[in-house]
Amino acid sequence: MSASPLVESPVNPVEPFLRTERMPHIWCPGCGIGTTVNCFARALVESKLNLDKVAIVSGIGCTGRVAGYLKLDSFHTTHGRAIPFATGLKLANPNLTVVVYSGDGDLIAIGGNHFIHAARRNVDLKVICVNNFIYGMTGGQVAPTTPVGAVATTSPYGCFERPFNLPYLAESSGAVYVARWTVFHVRHIARSMVEAFHKKGFCFIEIITPCPTLYLRRNRLGDSLEAMRYYKQKSVIKNSASTKDVDLGFQSEIVVGKFVDIERPTLLESMDQQLRQTLKDRYAGLGGGA
Amino acid sequence: MKANPRAVLAGAHFLDGDQACSEGALAAGANFAAGYPITPSTEVVERFAARIPTVGGIFIQMEDELASSIAILGAAWGGAKSFTVTSGPGFSLMMEHIGLAAMTETPCVIVDVQRGGPSTGLPTLPGQADMMQARWGSHGDYEIIALCPNSPQECFDLMIDAFNLSEKYRVPVMFMMDECVGHMTEKVVIPPADRIEIFPRRYTSLPPSEYRPFQPGPDGIPELVKAGDGYRFHITGLTHDERGYPAMNWRAQEKLVRRLVEKIRRHSDEIVLYDERDVEDAEVIVVAYGITSRVALRALQMARGEGIRAGLHRPIVVWPFPEKRLRALAEKVKAFVVVEMNYGQMMYEVERYAAGKVPTLLVPHGGGTVHDPADILKAIREAAR
Repeated sequence: MSASPLVESPVNPVEPFLRTERMPHIWCPGCGIGTTVNCFARALVESKLNLDKVAIVSGIGCTGRVAGYLKLDSFHTTHGRAIPFATGLKLANPNLTVVVYSGDGDLIAIGGNHFIHAARRNVDLKVICVNNFIYGMTGGQVAPTTPVGAVATTSPYGCFERPFNLPYLAESSGAVYVARWTVFHVRHIARSMVEAFHKKGFCFIEIITPCPTLYLRRNRLGDSLEAMRYYKQKSVIKNSASTKDVDLGFQSEIVVGKFVDIERPTLLESMDQQLRQTLKDRYAGLGGGA
Repeated sequence: MKANPRAVLAGAHFLDGDQACSEGALAAGANFAAGYPITPSTEVVERFAARIPTVGGIFIQMEDELASSIAILGAAWGGAKSFTVTSGPGFSLMMEHIGLAAMTETPCVIVDVQRGGPSTGLPTLPGQADMMQARWGSHGDYEIIALCPNSPQECFDLMIDAFNLSEKYRVPVMFMMDECVGHMTEKVVIPPADRIEIFPRRYTSLPPSEYRPFQPGPDGIPELVKAGDGYRFHITGLTHDERGYPAMNWRAQEKLVRRLVEKIRRHSDEIVLYDERDVEDAEVIVVAYGITSRVALRALQMARGEGIRAGLHRPIVVWPFPEKRLRALAEKVKAFVVVEMNYGQMMYEVERYAAGKVPTLLVPHGGGTVHDPADILKAIREAAR
């Protein structure tokens, strides 16, 4: 009789990707960020990328801590500015696969301007946005993703601002790959991440995630298990759905899927082509791959 | 290490300060710039955008100064030598990333072509009122290096020093021009590449298993790596330990911040740079920098004509300030006269090192044009009394 595989291999398959010396992590029990990191590690395995050539950049916030836990070249930057940091990194060193991993407040509120411009330029970045509908790190304030009617510490009587529809924002700004999943959809998340790794250009993956401590509790939505039930019951997979139609309301239906997958030259490709064409033999290249 | 001949436009040229600054960056080996248009600095990036594709490298116009000032940090960790260029309002927006650069010890250069402020102020006219902001503008304790050219030739020469200092000490270096110096056109002699010394990046020779990103060498400065080389390192703006990992306690804070401050203070004698005129017999020392130092020369001439023995001390590296030299001068002169295009900034440094031994007079100016030499002369007369 053979031993259980658990005994034979006591190491969690995700462990080689983590800075285990930094554990325990700071995330609350029931938080979905860890689940997304698990998916990310699995996607790294599946994609067979050379991990020495993968860099991860985060901003500030709960999801902003992801970079610090992954055993990659990792950068924990300033609030909202992960994308322009990543832009500089990618342009200076085009051989890298550059991942931006951050939260909704970081990427879309304070970093919103950079988000739309990086998508417009089609910078070759893999942007993973963990959307938990509020600011977690600072204690549960209203965000540009908070559904109308949801309670947050700075919208104690319910949010009255219309939230951004992130896939629509990404697509209309110029993203070439747009997908949305919830943390219930772990295999779909990993698959989308692999697709994004292998796609050139600005790729955007939104992952709806529970924040049990600050969002679920204040809105009397139960615990994370309850949230998973909601994701399971109210998510509808509609690949290629028009991003115009994927708005999120309070506890509404969640349209998930891969919405956009198109081809467009990246910033580096366009830059190189334009300069080569105009300068001809005076062109000395972009100096990358340092 | 010598400069790249392809980047160096050796010969005599007729250039304005902004253009000369751009050529200095190229000669220094800059191969990445990010910027956002702002008067009176824009010509620096315009020239860089035109020149860099023929040398090898990238210019990108970002969506704002927040983006520009962090794109250069990303580029630096990708292996590039990078800089950004701005003026007052943009400089204000860059402050957070000056702090990040100081905290993560990222070599980079930030050019501020100063205009009249505060706020939008006088976009097309000179000012020198960002001098304290260059030193103290980002929150928290840190040290930076700042240089202040007073001619297009110095815009070229000192830009190379700025990059070299940023590499040597792993600090953001502020290049504090002013609108007059930026827009005045003069002869600029660019030496051949083999006469330009470049301080190479302090890459580690340790293997990944032994490398610790923030373990300082004997001079207090750690060696660095770049992304993609297999080191799997972590960089954060949080207080961190030698591994680069966040360490949320006062001991780690004390160790790190003290080192960030000490690595510059300990080496200030090597970093300090100044120029002096007629100080040997001087009874009054005028302290001025940037364009103002050139106006002060006229006042010096007038004073000497009246028999007042006036001399000029011009800090070229303004941060760290030439403390020792000022203390020594304070022993032998009657008074200092500080001339600057603001209502008193570097004056406080001079006063500090005069330490009550001799008076420090200020000839302030709100900016928008240069001083009238007669106003400086008036102060010199008063100081000599």
